Amino acid sequence: MALPDELEALNKAFSGHGIHEQTLISILGKWHPEQRKSFRKGNPNLFIEDERNFERWDDHHVRLLKHEFMRFKNAVVLWTMHPWERDARLAKEALKKGPQSYGIIIEIACTRSAEELLGARRAYHSLFDQSMEEDVAQHINGCERKLLVALVSAYRYEGSKLRDDAAKSEAKTLFDAITNDKPIEDDEVIRILTTRSKPHLQAIYKHYKEISGMNIEEDLDADLRLKETVQCLCTPQQYFSQVLDMALQKDVDKSTKKALTRVIVTRADTDMKEIKDDYHNQHGVSLSKKIEDTAHGNYKDFLLTLIARGG
Amino acid sequence: MQQREAMATLKVPESPSPGEDAEQLRKAFQGWGTNEGLIISILAHRNVAQRKIIRQIYAETYGEDLLKALDKELSNDFERIVLLWTLDPTERDAFLANEATKRLTSNNWVLMEIACTRSSLGLFTVRQAYHARFKKSLEEDVAYHTSGDFRKLLVPLVSSFRYEGDEVNMILAKSEAKILHEKISEKAYNDEELIRILTTRSKAQLNATLNRYNNEFGNSINKDLKSDPDDEYLKLVRATIKCLTCPEKYFEKLLRLAINNLGTDEWALTRVVATRAEVDMRRIKEEYHRRNSVPLDQAIAKDTSGEYEKMLLALIGRGDA
Repeated sequence: MALPDELEALNKAFSGHGIHEQTLISILGKWHPEQRKSFRKGNPNLFIEDERNFERWDDHHVRLLKHEFMRFKNAVVLWTMHPWERDARLAKEALKKGPQSYGIIIEIACTRSAEELLGARRAYHSLFDQSMEEDVAQHINGCERKLLVALVSAYRYEGSKLRDDAAKSEAKTLFDAITNDKPIEDDEVIRILTTRSKPHLQAIYKHYKEISGMNIEEDLDADLRLKETVQCLCTPQQYFSQVLDMALQKDVDKSTKKALTRVIVTRADTDMKEIKDDYHNQHGVSLSKKIEDTAHGNYKDFLLTLIARGG
Repeated sequence: MQQREAMATLKVPESPSPGEDAEQLRKAFQGWGTNEGLIISILAHRNVAQRKIIRQIYAETYGEDLLKALDKELSNDFERIVLLWTLDPTERDAFLANEATKRLTSNNWVLMEIACTRSSLGLFTVRQAYHARFKKSLEEDVAYHTSGDFRKLLVPLVSSFRYEGDEVNMILAKSEAKILHEKISEKAYNDEELIRILTTRSKAQLNATLNRYNNEFGNSINKDLKSDPDDEYLKLVRATIKCLTCPEKYFEKLLRLAINNLGTDEWALTRVVATRAEVDMRRIKEEYHRRNSVPLDQAIAKDTSGEYEKMLLALIGRGDA
């Protein structure tokens, strides 16, 4: 008979992010046929009683398990990929998955440097025989299209020169548009967010707070895409720390879970330190500790190694 | 690259020495007046790489940018064409684009022209040069200085990074030809689907779509877009399509209007010659001759004079100068 703590350890090994390979080896590996049978009988959520008198793996759970086993492999592949190919593939996948993943396109367009985004667009040509903006435009409609196509087409000025008077008046323009409802339909909002340089937008962010009393992303709660856009452009570390927090919850859907790999792999060489700091400030616990508690096995070790680089 | 060189009309002598060129140019500026003939005989017969080295050596030897010297010494149309010609093509496009955002109407055309007739990477290098020179992005300036339908069309055009392969999806061509026809029949000329197709599809794909349009609906798309001949936006859309599919025809028309003083684009002649001499001027000349029954150099000689005329003729490849 399988011992109750072994059962518990096994269940734990299968849940969460990734698989605890050692547990599977040390426990499962030793079990005789009767122990495995009692495991099957004792887990009706994983094994269904078949009419022909045997316990059958539930297909859905096998698929879930497959994803968990693949998490480490996916992280490795993504990590070793050229950043241009990586971003191009992430964008393509997000497009195919549909509206719930469009935030990833915003993430790529807004948190990469101008040269990195150009690189992703070049890789897109090679990988998919199309331009990124053509694909985005084809799959997305309405106001979101205007925003997303413009975001992926941007080649923002990266110098520090900015005109503060323009930033001030554009902050006012944004405030008026947001107050009047449906800011995503406003041409001026789109113009400002999709063409201005990041330093310029930071200046707008400051002036906005002076005008409204609130931060601009707080006033944009009603408009998810614009909110994501502003967060990615003006406060990227906070944005990433939030995404990580959601990904590390129990029982989240597939796409939210995948964000853990994506954010860590794509930011490990960039601003991981700032993201870790923000995470600690927001949640009182270090990101490493949270990952230690939530993920398992090789996948967990890989992630911890990535975020430990460069302090 | 080979095809491109074959289409250029620039004539370059065997082995010019850039050091000597810089010295001769310096001489041309000294004393009373300027030896424009000497300037033409050198600059009009040097390619991009050579002009770059001459500028470098001139600056190192005389402590001044050649362009500044030219600006001081020359005036009017002649100065403009020499200045434009001497600039590196990417800088030139960035300069022209910036100038266009600051002026009024006909300058939407310059922006569209640059966005549609350069290669994908070429357009991108212009955007880089724009950052460096004007401390802003091209799309930011275009967006700021345009509005309404013009902004809707021009911003995506200057931001595009079109796929440059020859692959064509015929099913897509068929469905998008249908969409275009629908929107045009509804007179929805600024419809986002129409704009999407024109501003994101590769040139090869667009060609296929427009051929399909012609076969399927009997008229070329530009014919169907002529419903209101005076509408400025429609004119721009038609010109965009021309630039994307048969640029030499677009440039021929621009030259024809400029030479016959019919257009409102006063610097068109200078701009077209300076920007296309090293690209496809030969093809444009053929098109001009075909359409007007008179060779381009004759038409230019008739319409212009002095050093300006000489420089133009030298650039389009006419024998002497």
